[in-house]
Amino acid sequence: MTYTQIALLSVLIAATADLFIFKTKLLTRRVFWVSYSIVIFFQLVTNGILTGFGIVKYDGEAIIGSSSPQDTAPAILGDGRIMFAPVEDLFFGFSLVLLTLVLWVWLGRVGIQRDPRSGPPRKSVQKILRVE
Amino acid sequence: MSQFAYLSVLAGCLLGTAWLEFFLRTRVYQRAIRLVLTIIPVLIVFSIWDAYAIAQGHWNFDSRYITGITVFADIPLDEILFFIVIPICAVLSFEAVRSARNWNAGDEIGK
Repeated sequence: MTYTQIALLSVLIAATADLFIFKTKLLTRRVFWVSYSIVIFFQLVTNGILTGFGIVKYDGEAIIGSSSPQDTAPAILGDGRIMFAPVEDLFFGFSLVLLTLVLWVWLGRVGIQRDPRSGPPRKSVQKILRVE
Repeated sequence: MSQFAYLSVLAGCLLGTAWLEFFLRTRVYQRAIRLVLTIIPVLIVFSIWDAYAIAQGHWNFDSRYITGITVFADIPLDEILFFIVIPICAVLSFEAVRSARNWNAGDEIGK
């Protein structure tokens, strides 16, 4: 299978784990989507470093775009890439984050270190965050 | 740029999220058992994917920028650490949002 195919399949598997196997239903929760939108921003930054500097390189046969060039940066946008990284990495990252949070929430639900719960934020940051 | 380039990115991820544990009281590192039990299956599943992708040549690593230590199935140590660090950052972000907004995630008693 290509990276494109596995990446899409991984999203299906992670979503199935969330909705039907562990029944954590994070995909239906606001807390997940807000967390994920924060994570994806930092993914674009850090993964941009890994791919832009060529620390990790990809084979054009496995992705929508073309192979990473040997000694220059790949396209920052276009050629199947966003912030230097193949778009497939977004699906990879989504599955990684979703599966992680499914397991984390499920473990809490079955009673493994449900407590101490997170929060409240320290007073010094409460005003900045406008805590409800 | 050196053999520690990849590791530096991971260190940046850990340092960039560490303040959440203190200022938002995420209590993620405090719940270490739950964190480790979360990471283990993720590490196994994604390492299998990584091993396959490396064997198939889907991606490769510039040997100048990684430690050069391989763990198994040609997976660089740097990659293994990635599958530990990123889940930690994800859980910290998630618990930070919960701390700041008090939204339910499904592991509260009676929810």
